[in-house]
Parts: sequence; structure tokens; C-alpha cells
Amino acid sequence: MLLINILGAVLIVAIVWWFWLYKPQQVEFSDNQVDIIVNDGVYQPSNIQVKAGQEVQLRFERIDAAPCAEMVIFPQLEISKELKIGKDNRVMLPALEKGEYDFHCQMQMYKGKLIAI
Amino acid sequence: MDPNNGTTNQSFIIEGASCASCVSKIEKALNDVPGVELVEMNFAQRIVSVDGNVDSSVLIKTVQNIGYDAKLMSNESEQDALDEKAQADEAHYKKLMRNVYMALGLGVPLMLYGLFIGDMSVNSSTQRIVWLIVGLVTLGIMVASGKHFYVGAWQSFKNHSANMDTLIALGTGTAWVYSMIVLIAPDMLPEVARHVYFEASAMIIGLINLGLAFEVKARGRTSEAIKRLIGLQAKTARVIRNGQELDIAIEQVKLDDIIRVRPGEKLPVDGKITEGKSSVDESMLTGEPMPVSKSIGDKLVAGSLNKTGSMLFKATHVGKDTTLSHIINMVKRAQNSKPSIGRLADVISGYFVPIVMILAVLAGLAWLNFGPQPSIAYAIAAVTTVLIIACPCALGLATPMSVMVGIGKAAEAGILIRNGEALQTASKITTMILDKTGTITQGQPIVTDVVMYNQQTQDNIMPMIASLENGSEHPLAEAIVSYAKEQAYSLSQVNEFDAITGKGVTGMFQDQRLLFGNIALMQQFNIDVSEATEKAQALASDAKTPMYFALGDTFSAMVAVADPIKSDSIAAIKRLQKKGVHLVMLTGDNEATAKAVAKRVGIDDYIAQVLPQDKLDEVLKRQERGEVVGMTGDGINDAPALAQADVGFAIGTGTDVAIESADVTLMRGSLHGLADALAISQATIRNIKQNLVGAFVYNVAGIPIAAGVLYPFFGILLNPIVAGAAMAMSSLTVVSNANRLRLFKPQNH
Repeated sequence: MLLINILGAVLIVAIVWWFWLYKPQQVEFSDNQVDIIVNDGVYQPSNIQVKAGQEVQLRFERIDAAPCAEMVIFPQLEISKELKIGKDNRVMLPALEKGEYDFHCQMQMYKGKLIAI
Repeated sequence: MDPNNGTTNQSFIIEGASCASCVSKIEKALNDVPGVELVEMNFAQRIVSVDGNVDSSVLIKTVQNIGYDAKLMSNESEQDALDEKAQADEAHYKKLMRNVYMALGLGVPLMLYGLFIGDMSVNSSTQRIVWLIVGLVTLGIMVASGKHFYVGAWQSFKNHSANMDTLIALGTGTAWVYSMIVLIAPDMLPEVARHVYFEASAMIIGLINLGLAFEVKARGRTSEAIKRLIGLQAKTARVIRNGQELDIAIEQVKLDDIIRVRPGEKLPVDGKITEGKSSVDESMLTGEPMPVSKSIGDKLVAGSLNKTGSMLFKATHVGKDTTLSHIINMVKRAQNSKPSIGRLADVISGYFVPIVMILAVLAGLAWLNFGPQPSIAYAIAAVTTVLIIACPCALGLATPMSVMVGIGKAAEAGILIRNGEALQTASKITTMILDKTGTITQGQPIVTDVVMYNQQTQDNIMPMIASLENGSEHPLAEAIVSYAKEQAYSLSQVNEFDAITGKGVTGMFQDQRLLFGNIALMQQFNIDVSEATEKAQALASDAKTPMYFALGDTFSAMVAVADPIKSDSIAAIKRLQKKGVHLVMLTGDNEATAKAVAKRVGIDDYIAQVLPQDKLDEVLKRQERGEVVGMTGDGINDAPALAQADVGFAIGTGTDVAIESADVTLMRGSLHGLADALAISQATIRNIKQNLVGAFVYNVAGIPIAAGVLYPFFGILLNPIVAGAAMAMSSLTVVSNANRLRLFKPQNH
């Protein structure tokens, strides 16, 4: 029983570490042009490093037909865009100040982050 | 990306491009065209997209010059895009329903068997073999109809994120894996715990697919308003070019084209009438139910319906610049913005899934440590149920679905709300400041009374007054001239015209001096007007401005001019007051007029002789007192106050609105639009609150019950299948509740 309890505690620690503490690797796009694939519940890539002070062009390719995927929202920038399947969905962001900018679907099931440095 | 500065985005299909190097050639050629800002070519789709302020024909020519061909992709594709989306939704719905049939086709018989025929425990080797086969079939069904959950869960796990898929995959996976352990290694478990849960896995997958399928249907309805707006766009226009009438696609209509519309046709673009007259139904854009009569020089808006006459008009705004396009864009953008009321739900749903996973582990441990035997079976059931019942979607959907419906509903009533935040603030307004001229009143003065003195007749005097005023630029002069025209008086030439600032005008006509102006003018020329004093006071107290006319040295007539109160202002003001909103009227007019208008419409709080900058101060002053201040105005001079107010309402007259600048634009001139705007925003916020409370309560109550907190007291433990059904229902409930807003009717007057 002790073993099971320890196992449970380890599992909880693992959940906290994996989902919250772990800093996922960032994909760097020095030309500020990023292609993002929207499928199977995730944006690929989802941790995107771009240059601050320059416009950013994001191109979303939506494959997932589920309605969750149909909208991408940049809450801090007050930008949202409907993503059409099989279409060139471009989002132009203004030059960003240094910092982190989230983007997600309406339900926050799809999640991504732009890091402007 | 914002096409406000004249920049537009056009896409072309390129023909004849067969190599990747063509791409750079085409891109370079287009980039060299003056005015082009950004060129993007998608080689795979053979589509090039161009941002800039350049005519499409120039760009097509450029492409042709380097040996390829280009075709403009229609931007009216809004309608096509909608149809496409409807098709995609339908296909997605069918796919989900196939999943439902498959999963429930296995799950329902298994569940019924477990309930009525046999228990699902494993005691003999025959049972083991039969259940093993069922287990493999279940796995097949789970993969076939629930693949998207498992793939999604795995993908997001790799990305260190967790979502709804994660919970479903873990829940159904746990039930299946435990059942397989029972079958393959039964010795690991006590005899009473040798129970299989295949029916749970299949049922949950089926029910959640069913919930998703219903959601697809219900979501389609939330965007009905925008569909209706897009449907207002005509597909073709009848253009007159080189003396010939041609039916051309709407994207090809150019500025200054002359277009013919016949009765019963939709207006294809914005324009100005050059020939003919008609009555036009603008109700879909402004919410104004009565058709508006239009004649030469009047403005027309794309999307409105020509009722009676045939007319020619000149295109003044085409393509993405039409009022209708602006409205569609704005409504779309607003529908996707979020009011701050939903922010807490966003924060929570960001952490929600891992928390649920931790709770599931804790619930499992609690059952193993303190639960009755077979504790392992109880623990597995509790873990599965907790994972399945939690629904982050309902939390995330609560706000956007209602905003979508509410903003769309408002647009149908001719109320354009810029974003979710404006919607939320509008619902909390305590004080509403109304500009008098053009908001409460029509903003166009008319002659209300003509009184003759000293045996003069109107037919004799009015033409003289009008002829004199014809030279004046004063707004009241316009009222008098148009009154004279209505009465079919002919105007004559007046000599030695002179305007005396702040007093009136003078002139000579047939060797007689004409004087027309206020009492100060009469005093200056020593004209005795004492016999009209009483009448003048009566007129002034009725919000009318009396003006005096003297022919030679004899006082001959008094003409009263007033800016009439809009016919429905009084009723609308009553509606606002009924809502408990404190109303304040501001006007640049004198005290007497202000008082009279305020009294007529039933406003107690008014301020006269207000300068534009004072309007701003008035807003600030009331905000400092802690009031949530709305400001309603129509003029440019209201702009600072509109901006400072918590919510600025711009009264547009439908055709000529600065849609982007105000928080809320009322397309209809009526103040009922204002009352409607407040009613809709309150209804929407109430709807959001219901959704949020529902979603919170569901999760906060559902998860502990699923974990088994009721078991020690009442012996209640949820079945994982019930959890699956509840979860499927919860997000559907949110979407359905938001849809209820569609039935909301603001006009209760």
C-alpha cells in the first residue's frame, strides 16, 4: 500500500512537472515568418520565438475539422482570425514589444505562445 | 492587415506557373508595381496574394507581361466561404455520427447485458476468452471512432499541454487497460475485483462524439446574424459602360461606375443617385422598419433593397469599402473578442486539465487507502469517472458563444458593438449623457410658426424673408428657404445684403429696407416689436426660436424656427429611465430652448450652453463620482466626450457612419436603438453569467461527486457512463443557452 501511495505521489509530481514546470523548447524564426499546422489538438510549432520590433507573419494551416480549431485568438493583441480548412490563413501581427504572447482557440484547448525577444 | 488606410488584399489564381522559380519571378514583378506592399505566393495552390493600393487589372497585366496569366479570385467568396464551411460542418457532423453509431452499437448492448443479464465479472476460463474477444473488439471500436481523442491526447502530451482529449483518452484508456489486466493477469487482483469495464469505454466514446455532433449543429446557429448580413450582398450589378448595360460580377464594379437598379433588386455597392427616385428598404442594415424615400443626390447603401422605382446611381464605395463590408468585418471581429467577465474562466481552463488529472490520482489513492473491498475496482471506477466528467470546454465556451449571438443580435437591430468589452460595460451604465441636437431632436430646424403683424399677408412677406435669407449661411436660414420652397414661393434678388453677426441680416428690396433677425437686431434699428412680446415668450418656452421681420421701419412678421424632437424620442427616453439609467441632456442652445426640450421629453437633468470641451468635462466629472457614463452623440464635436465616456454611442444615419470610431454605432437615428443596445448588452451579459455559473457549478459539483465524496454518506457513486453523458451534455447546454439569446426581443415598447 505504501508503495502505491508513493507511486501516486510521484505521478502527481510528474504531472506538475510535465505540464507546468517544464519549459518546452522554443522554435526560433528569425525572419518572423512562421508556418503553423493546426491538427490533432495542437499547434505545431506551439512555442515560437520571434524578433521583437518587427511585424510577424503567421500562416496557419488548419487540418483538424473539429469546430474547436476554427478560431485562433491572440488575447493580448486583441486579434482573432477564423481558420479555414485548406486555406492560406494569414495573420499579420504588428511589431511586438519584448515579451510573451499567448494564442489559443476559443476553448483554450489549442494553445501556443509567441516569445518576442 | 487592417484595410483602413486604403490597403486591400487581393488574391489571384496564377496559370502557367509550373516551376518553383516562376514563384520568385512573379513575386518580384508584382513587388515592383508601385503601391504594392506585400506579395505572397503559394506555389502549391498557385495562388498569389497581394496587399497594397493597386487596381487588380494592373496586377493582372503585370503577370501577363512576364508570360503567365492571372485571374482575380472573387472576394465575394464570403458567401462561398460560408457555403464551404456549412458543407465542412455537415461532413464533420456525419463523421461524428458514424463514430456515435459504431461506439454505441457496441456499448449499448454491452451495457444492457451488464444491467439485465449477467454481471461483467470474470470467473471462468470460458468467460475469459469471450471477454478477451469483446475487449479486442472494443479496442477496435475505440480506435475507429475515437482515434481523434487518442491522437490529440498524445500530440498535446508531447507538447507538454493537456486538453479535453487528454481526459477522454485517459478515462477510457484506464477502463480498458484495467479490464485487460483482469483478463490477462487475474491473479494480480482479488477475486471480487475481477470485473471488466469495456462497456464504459465504448459508451463514453459514443456519447462524447454525440455531444460534439450536436455542438457542431448548435454552433452553426450562433453565427446566423453574420450569415444574414453576408447574404445581403448582391452577386452582380447592372453597369452602364459605353452606353451599354452589362451585368457584371460585383467585384468588377469600379468607382464612379453608373449602375442601374430596378424595383425589387438589392443595391450592389454604395453610391449616389444620379437619375430617378425610389423608396429604399434599409431595415437589414439600420433596423429602421420604414422604407426611406430617395431622390437625386441621395446616398444609397449596398445591401439595402430598392422597393418601387428604377434609378441610376454612381458607385462611391465598392468592394471592401462598402458600408456593408465594414459592418460585416466589424461584427466578425467583435464576435471574436472577449469581455473581461470571461477572463477568470480563461485562467482556470488554462490549468484545468492537469488539476483534474491530479484530482483523479488523489481520488484513486483515497479509495485504495480507505475504500471498502474491492478497493481497486472502486478506485478504477472513481479515476475514470473523475477524468470523464470534467469539462473544460463548457468553461471555455461560456463567454464566446454568448458574445457571438449577442453581437450578432445587436447587428440585426442596426446596433454595431465594437467589442465584447463595450458590450459588457454597456450593460453596467448608470448615467447616460445625451446630446440634444441630432440625438433627441432631428438636428434639422424647420419653420414651425409664421405670425403676421400690421395687416401684412404671408404671401407677400414670406418670399421677401426667404429671398433675404437665401444669402445667409446660418443654419436657421436653410429652414426658412426650404419652407418657402415647399410653399412654392419664388425668390427674388436682394441688394446690399449684410449679415450682422449674432443678430441677423439686412438687405434692400424694391427700395425698401428688409431686416430679419432676433430682438437685438430690432432694438438696434429702433423697431417696436412690443405687440409680439407675449407670443415670443410663448414660442420660446416651447423650444422655438422666434425671429422678427421688419419691412422698412414697420415690424411685419414673426417666424419661429425649431429643431423638432424625433417622433419616438419621448418613448425611448421612458424606456431608458425605466431601466434605471439617469439621463442628462447637454446642448449648446440657450437655457429657454434647453429647458423646453428637456421638459417635453421628460429629462430633469440638463445643461444648456455647453461648449464641446465642456461635454468632455461633464463626462469626467460624473466618472469621478463613480458613475459608469455612456455618451450618445452624433456630431464631430462630440468626439472627445464619446471617447472619454465608458461607452460612446454614435448615432449614425445609416449611410454615413464612422463605424470604427465609436464603441457602439446606432445605425438608426432613433433613440430606441440606444435602449435596445442597453437591453441586448444586459441580456448577453446575463446569458454569459448563466453559462459561467452553470459551467463552474457543473465542474465544482461534478468532480467531487465523481470522486465519490457522497459515497461515505449516501452510498452514491457515479457510473463512468453517466459521467460521459453529463460531460457531453454540459458543453451542449452552454451552446444551447447562448442560442436562447437569439429569441431575445429588445423592443418592448
